[in-house]
Amino acid sequence: MPIHDQGYRRFGGIRSGRGNAWLVIASTAMRTMLRNRKFMGLLLLAWAPFLVRAVQVYASTNFPQVAFLAPTAKTFREFLEQQNPFVFFVTIYVGAGLISNDHRANALQIYLSKPLTRVEYVAGKAAALIAFLLFVTWVPALLLLLVQVLLAGSFAFLQKNLFLFPAITVFSLLQVLMASFTMLALSSLSKSSRFVAAMYAGVILFTSAIQGMFWAMTRSSAASLISPTASLNQVGDVIFRVPPRYETPAGLSLLVVGLLVTGSILVLERRVRGVEVVA
Amino acid sequence: MAETAARPYEAPVPAPIASDGVVVRLANVSVRYASNFALRDVVATFETGAVGLLGPNGAGKSTMIKTLLGFIKPDQGQMTVLGLDVAASPLEIRARIGYMPENDSHIPGMNAVSFVAYCGELSGLGSVDAIQRAHEVLYYVGLGEARYRNVETYSTGMKQRIKLAQALVHDPDLLFLDEPTNGMDPKGRDEMLELIRDLAHNKGVNLILSSHLLPDVEYTCDRVVVMDKGRIAAQGPIAELKGPRGSVYELRAKIDTDRLVGALRAAGMDCHATDEDVMRVFVPEGLTARAVFEVAARERIQLRHLRPSVPTLEDVFARAVGEE
Repeated sequence: MPIHDQGYRRFGGIRSGRGNAWLVIASTAMRTMLRNRKFMGLLLLAWAPFLVRAVQVYASTNFPQVAFLAPTAKTFREFLEQQNPFVFFVTIYVGAGLISNDHRANALQIYLSKPLTRVEYVAGKAAALIAFLLFVTWVPALLLLLVQVLLAGSFAFLQKNLFLFPAITVFSLLQVLMASFTMLALSSLSKSSRFVAAMYAGVILFTSAIQGMFWAMTRSSAASLISPTASLNQVGDVIFRVPPRYETPAGLSLLVVGLLVTGSILVLERRVRGVEVVA
Repeated sequence: MAETAARPYEAPVPAPIASDGVVVRLANVSVRYASNFALRDVVATFETGAVGLLGPNGAGKSTMIKTLLGFIKPDQGQMTVLGLDVAASPLEIRARIGYMPENDSHIPGMNAVSFVAYCGELSGLGSVDAIQRAHEVLYYVGLGEARYRNVETYSTGMKQRIKLAQALVHDPDLLFLDEPTNGMDPKGRDEMLELIRDLAHNKGVNLILSSHLLPDVEYTCDRVVVMDKGRIAAQGPIAELKGPRGSVYELRAKIDTDRLVGALRAAGMDCHATDEDVMRVFVPEGLTARAVFEVAARERIQLRHLRPSVPTLEDVFARAVGEE
């Protein structure tokens, strides 16, 4: 039994100003995920390609016999593409329940009865997902660049490929924003996180399958516009200055990515509300 | 059992309110879902203290609360909460109010302490203050022993209490309680009403209690706003609305009660049926029970029972919404 009275008391402390709510939402969502051992395992696994690449850099800088393994700009492009499966699984693991679980538990009316806007709510949820996705894309890619500089003992590679830092940053952001907003939009459409995960897998895998079939039948890569992943890859090739893999103009591919993000934001605007009005 | 006694060294602090003593004001507010009006030209004021928002299901009570919270934009009209314009300062208002929703609501995957502390942080409390307040409030609402359990494992009654706790954690000046006793067993309901009464009368928290349960409102509130079909049917202090505008009798007739009701109404005496075969007759000022006997005699209907009664909130409600 507590030794002090447990009655209700008026609060005389200090309240923080507005605008921090998104940070509270994001940090709580991240802490919740980090307590999950399976998810921690997935995060560690997502760093395995980084270790392999780091060994490759080490070998190429220390053993002339394997100098052919020396990294190029294309190495970083390939590295980020290798992270795609991890982006896919982390997006599903973290994102599927972010809004759908709140819908299931009618939590939106609790959130939005507090001093926070709908934008802050979505920003908090998005920030949690974006942080984890950057942790498996942008962070290891930049670290790999740093490892290369440290092991080579010179800035020659970096000076020769100065565009790599902005390229890694821009591509990672595109990759992460597309995955995050698509997932959040889907998550806002359902009360079941499993259904959301299935929908996301459907959007990503089904569109890629359609694109593959179209290519097999017509040998035309114009259908890459159907697949968000293919469109992102096309943009990525241009950003990393490697030959584009499809004939589609990169501008159009970027437009597809942009439209997907914009469409997702419109869905969120419509679905994230304190009350569901059926009129 | 909830702690209800005020601490001797801690006087209830009156909540800061608008200078005119009005916490909520609605001026010609209309809300429409497609072509159906949920609120129609509502003009109402909610003064300090505990105010009941009473009305049958579908009267527009929840819509009014959700409109005041900014969840629904009104088609017309102006609203102020704690002296602030709802359209212009929704976040400032939400920082000073607490909302206990009608339906089952929680943040999934959290225990009670984490949930309530999280709500405190969202309302602007620091993390240390939020966790301390969460423990205090959970004890206050009677969930002290269950505060480390996942909210999703709670019973209906416990979920009602946790909803109250999350609405209270940041110490609001005004509480919106939407059907707070829904689904609770009689003991839990009594405890919840005791908490609400304590908050309003001993802790200086203004509250608006939306309910279709007359006894709940009558027990906890000093004033009432009665709604029906999206309009305000009556508003004012309960004592005044129940007040001496005549007398009330319980009446039972042998046969042909419909004819008696018609005759009584024609004679200017309102009456309505209750759960049993007893009807309640409102005799206007200046008349007595004799007038009832005269009507019955004229209609040749035998009265089996006539007993003076006291006006209740149910009478106010029945008169306001014209229920028979």
